[in-house]
Amino acid sequence: MTANRLAESLLALSQQEELVDLPKDYLLSGSEDEGDNDGEREHQKLLEAISSLDGKNRRKLAERSEASLKVSEFNVSSEGSGEKLVLADLLEPVKTSSSLATVKKQLNRVKSKKTVELPLNKEEIERIHREVAFNKTAKVLSKWDPVVLKNRQAEQLVFPLEKEEPAIAPIEHVLSGWKARTPLEQEIFNLLHKNKQPVADPLLTPVEKASLQAMSLEEAKMRRAELQRARALQSYYEAKARREKKIKSKKYHKVVKKGKAKKALKEFEQLRKVNPAAALEELEKIEKARMMERMSLKHQNSGKWAKSKAIMAKYDLEARQAMQEQLAKNKELTQKLQVASESEEEEGGTEEKVEELLVPDVVNEVQMNADGPNPWMLRSCTSDTKEAATQEDPEQLPEPEAHEVSESEGEDRPVAEEEILLREFEERRSLRKRSELSQDAEPAGSQETKDSSSQEVLSELRVLSQKLKENDQSRKQKASSEGTIPQVQREEPATEEEEPLLLQRPERVQTLEELEELGKEECFQNKELSRPVLEGQQSERTPNNRPDAPKKKKKEQMIDLQNLLTTQSPSVKSLAVPTIEELEDEEERNQRQMIKEAFAGDDVIRDFLKEKREAVEASKPKDVDLTLPGWGEWGGVGLKPSAKKRRRFLIKAPEGPPRKDKNLPNVIINEKRNIHTAAHQVRVLPYPFTHHWQFERTIQTPIGSTWNTQRAFQKLTTPKVVTKPGHIINPIKAEDVGYRSSSRSDLSVIQRNPKRITTRHKKQLKKSSVD
Amino acid sequence: MGEMETAPKPGRDVPPKKDKLQTKRKKPRRYWEEETVPTTDGASPGPPCNKKNRELRPQRPKNAHILKKSRISKQPQVPKKPREWKNPESQRSLSGAQDPFPGPAPVPVEVVQKFCRIDKSRKLPRSKAKTRSRLEVAEAEEEETSIKAARSELLLAEEPGFLEGEDGEDTAKICQADIVEAVDIASAAKHFDLNLRQFGPYRLNYSRTGRHLAFGGRRGHVAALDWVTKKLMCEINVMEAVRDIRFLHSEALLAVAQNRWLHIYDNQGIELHCIRRCDRVTRLEFLPFHFLLATASETGFLTYLDVSVGKIVAALNARAGRLDVMSQNPYNAVIHLGHSNGTVSLWSPAMKEPLAKILCHRGGVRAVAVDSTGTYMATSGLDHQLKIFDLRGTYQPLSTRTLPHGAGHLAFSQRGLLVAGMGDVVNIWAGQGKGSPPSLEQPYLTHRLSGPVHGLQFCPFEDVLGVGHSGGVTSMLVPGAGEPNFDGLESNPYRSRKQRQEWEVKALLEKVPAELICLDPRALAEVDVISLEQGKKERIERLGYDPEAKAPFQPKPKQKGRSSTASLVKRKRKVMDEEHRDKVRQSLQLQQQQQQKEAKAKSTGARPSALDRFVR
Repeated sequence: MTANRLAESLLALSQQEELVDLPKDYLLSGSEDEGDNDGEREHQKLLEAISSLDGKNRRKLAERSEASLKVSEFNVSSEGSGEKLVLADLLEPVKTSSSLATVKKQLNRVKSKKTVELPLNKEEIERIHREVAFNKTAKVLSKWDPVVLKNRQAEQLVFPLEKEEPAIAPIEHVLSGWKARTPLEQEIFNLLHKNKQPVADPLLTPVEKASLQAMSLEEAKMRRAELQRARALQSYYEAKARREKKIKSKKYHKVVKKGKAKKALKEFEQLRKVNPAAALEELEKIEKARMMERMSLKHQNSGKWAKSKAIMAKYDLEARQAMQEQLAKNKELTQKLQVASESEEEEGGTEEKVEELLVPDVVNEVQMNADGPNPWMLRSCTSDTKEAATQEDPEQLPEPEAHEVSESEGEDRPVAEEEILLREFEERRSLRKRSELSQDAEPAGSQETKDSSSQEVLSELRVLSQKLKENDQSRKQKASSEGTIPQVQREEPATEEEEPLLLQRPERVQTLEELEELGKEECFQNKELSRPVLEGQQSERTPNNRPDAPKKKKKEQMIDLQNLLTTQSPSVKSLAVPTIEELEDEEERNQRQMIKEAFAGDDVIRDFLKEKREAVEASKPKDVDLTLPGWGEWGGVGLKPSAKKRRRFLIKAPEGPPRKDKNLPNVIINEKRNIHTAAHQVRVLPYPFTHHWQFERTIQTPIGSTWNTQRAFQKLTTPKVVTKPGHIINPIKAEDVGYRSSSRSDLSVIQRNPKRITTRHKKQLKKSSVD
Repeated sequence: MGEMETAPKPGRDVPPKKDKLQTKRKKPRRYWEEETVPTTDGASPGPPCNKKNRELRPQRPKNAHILKKSRISKQPQVPKKPREWKNPESQRSLSGAQDPFPGPAPVPVEVVQKFCRIDKSRKLPRSKAKTRSRLEVAEAEEEETSIKAARSELLLAEEPGFLEGEDGEDTAKICQADIVEAVDIASAAKHFDLNLRQFGPYRLNYSRTGRHLAFGGRRGHVAALDWVTKKLMCEINVMEAVRDIRFLHSEALLAVAQNRWLHIYDNQGIELHCIRRCDRVTRLEFLPFHFLLATASETGFLTYLDVSVGKIVAALNARAGRLDVMSQNPYNAVIHLGHSNGTVSLWSPAMKEPLAKILCHRGGVRAVAVDSTGTYMATSGLDHQLKIFDLRGTYQPLSTRTLPHGAGHLAFSQRGLLVAGMGDVVNIWAGQGKGSPPSLEQPYLTHRLSGPVHGLQFCPFEDVLGVGHSGGVTSMLVPGAGEPNFDGLESNPYRSRKQRQEWEVKALLEKVPAELICLDPRALAEVDVISLEQGKKERIERLGYDPEAKAPFQPKPKQKGRSSTASLVKRKRKVMDEEHRDKVRQSLQLQQQQQQKEAKAKSTGARPSALDRFVR
């Protein structure tokens, strides 16, 4: 919506601009002429005004009514008369004299022109200008985005920026100047020669050579030229056809029809002589036309024109004649033909019939399906034997079936490659026309580029359209020529798959858009089909996952330790393999140790548990008691504040995180913060990170040489920016990164003064904005 | 902070090591025999068989036809000519020849996974496109670097040694003499006994490169030597009881905990410093990446001394009496102290209190050791038990074993072997693989010494265990103990003096501040959430509004009298109520979920299965 509105406003702007330009020039030129005139008048006015100051002459001025003194043939002054000058006043005297007819015509033309719309006000214009300028600038600047991004993400930037030159010479160059010297090298080369491996210059195996020679350059060029020519011819022909189609003159068309009819007659005569069977077919066609005529009410004086003529027929001889002519024609058409007499339609009185004769039904059908009558299609369908003969190539590719199907059903004659290509073009063009209407247009430059995807889509469309066409035919029960029937039958097995789809859409699909929609529907159906399958897979997967999850939970539970002291649960005391007994008495072991061993026991554990309890208590956050004894009640020695009051004024400390040794009964882990270590830790999260886990992950790999190989260390510690000492680092240019510099100059112009944009620029802006 | 998973690096100018022990008991193999085995192996072009077929191919070109079969396979590769010519549609070069191995070389997935550090288990909140691109870049970088690291693992040519008993034979019964007989001369020379009965039980320490050995006897005998060449650097008697001895960052400096104070000597035996603030020190630990010397004293203080600047960083009172059990966690440089009340406390210089306290034994703790990956801790107590704890958050014992006399000393090797000294016997246990805890079912090796054990340490990068005892010092062979490949830039056993000096400068430049020691070093790569929240709050207070908050609902003005104040309020109330309802709904859902969870926990908790212990 907004885009449309913008476009409209811009269009309005452009019109208004053009029109503004015109009157301005006009005015300027006009004022040139009027300049002295006006000056004089003003001067006189001034004089009068001054003279009227004394009050005597004031009345006089108002009363003045005679014609202006300064009447000139160049200037029509409306001064004096109170009303505006109307064009009709000027035209009145012209009426009588016939010599001034041309002038009258011109004036009438001027009269019929619409009035110019009011120009937008200044602020709006400026706003639009700003918008357009902004868009343009943004577009120009957005070119640099990838460059900037690349530089930001680059591991290393070396300044000054230099274009990389491939310093590595191709291997052929290196090898050409090299010879085997040592015996080992010679031996190797001998081996290579024996095995017919290429050693010298081209360094290509015979297979590679053969593949290179498969198609020569000249051949390829010729081929391309041919194709180009065909394309050009097609476009000329199309242009011509379009021009002719636009001609509104009835007479012209009558003449053309007559010519065609004559030609057709001639051909028919010839055919009768050469090939009587074909002539018979033609006759049958005529017969069919007659049947059509009988069914229709075409020449039975029941049309609008005929009715109007009937009213006039009483008085007008010509009208009467015309009516009779029509009736005669009707008779003629509805009369049954004798096969023996071939000279029924001698005169060109039956133009329309002849036309129908000329154009077989198939073509009509094609026209119905494709948008609008297309002479090119017509041509291709009717007669291209000659062309086919001339353009047949020895290297002609086997025709894809899609093309064959889209061919006229009657004949299976091989069609030249070019023909196919041209038809493809045709269809793509029509498709594009549609898409232009619906969406914004594709860039014109992409016309020539053939991307495979669009090709595929087109071919699909073609097949689809063909099938639809057939469906229509079968629905209408139209009597078709003998050739088509076997064709349809032949294709039916292929269409069977599409059958339900087609039945769903019985209405006739006329445009390519609709066809596209059809294709989309098909796609959706496919997707829908595939989705349940996927879901099924997922559901299959999930049961696999589910047993995993409980397992994990189990594991976690296993880690939870029972509150049992290890020392309380006596572990394996028996020594499986006795160590070698030492019989000697140890000198070390003295009396004191013996006593200690004897008394070692439970008190150790109790002490430890007590210590742990104390540590836990100490690390717990303390509650704050704010009770004031004696406040609001009696106080004194031995009197405690009431429980209610104590509860009310006790601020409970928030519970801290669980201790690390909560489940480890034999361990006391210090929970105090190590401030010395904390001083070395990172305490601010750097920019792109939002959570400290993210940042931690990036610094977990050590970069020192102690933990890395030398290469890795060097790579990890390369500076981000390297500058060459003594070199000037110039700002980056468009050429450096492969852009043309013009865009930059454009930008600079706009930036310097956005107000004064030249007309050329304006046009560009409009274009860009419309795009 | 110690042994994080670092990229493997080839030794620069390192002669290949030939002293990996691969022995069987009955058939002693000599070094010339040993060489034949790898050559026969090497004759088959196939890579080691035990790797799986899974592999990772970065940036595989989509159209290129890639051979389905992995290059790492069990069969030796047959010439692939016929297969190559079957697919002529694949990319051809200009000369018509075809790449038999298209695409980049495959990398085994497991190895790559080892170097991946981004924790992808946590699901991130929905992020903007820009953020997502940053995350993608980070992930791509990680993958690339981990692939590169995995590729360079090819350069780790050496394989660890091993000891195998002949059909069902217990390896624990193989004695040192057999091993020495079986291995090559150079390795055999690494087994030796120093009979030093005069100066009482010895403590000993290997330097970080594994080249030098320092030992100190209770009666004042201190000596340092290049134990490979047996070249003595210095030998002195400090005329005072020596409690512990430790090398500092290099073999040139030696810290000795004497009866009263801590003394520092150089490799000539000249006393450089006497640190009187560290008095009555019983145990010493050196944190190499922080240049910290941790001392535990009789007075119950744990003192951190920065040896690069000579300052005491922190002196922490453990409040648990005499400290004589200490070890360090090489992964995060946390000090583990064992106490007489059966607990082990974990300390960092940044905190006045212990980071964690673990109740390990019913009696006092006699010894503590942490393995090189920081995953397992072995403790032994007065209750004669030996336990292995998991240090990855749970601190639960993985396996327990009662020993006849209890272990007085414990130590882990680089490859995860655990040694315990019990009286005059040492027992060594081995795990299944590198990352697994040592299984205490059967000892891997045992050895009897001439006196009770007083100090134990595995030599880094060697299959050697040093034992200090009352009869002197014994160096015994333990095949498969040491890491076969060393980082030539980090700890090079063959480095010259110049190289050592270079390394010293670099190491000092890369010194880690003491306050960064914490339980989970990866936590340093996390955002300080509390400060973040605080900052946010302050910002809101400063600005007077929350710039990131959702704008409050503002009812639109309407025509025809429907925009009266009452109706406006009504509309506002409607929206507010809706939001409130949403919140309530969500909280209810949460509650229900929790209830369900609890119910399930109860139902499952009723009957714990015996197999539950294997569930992770």
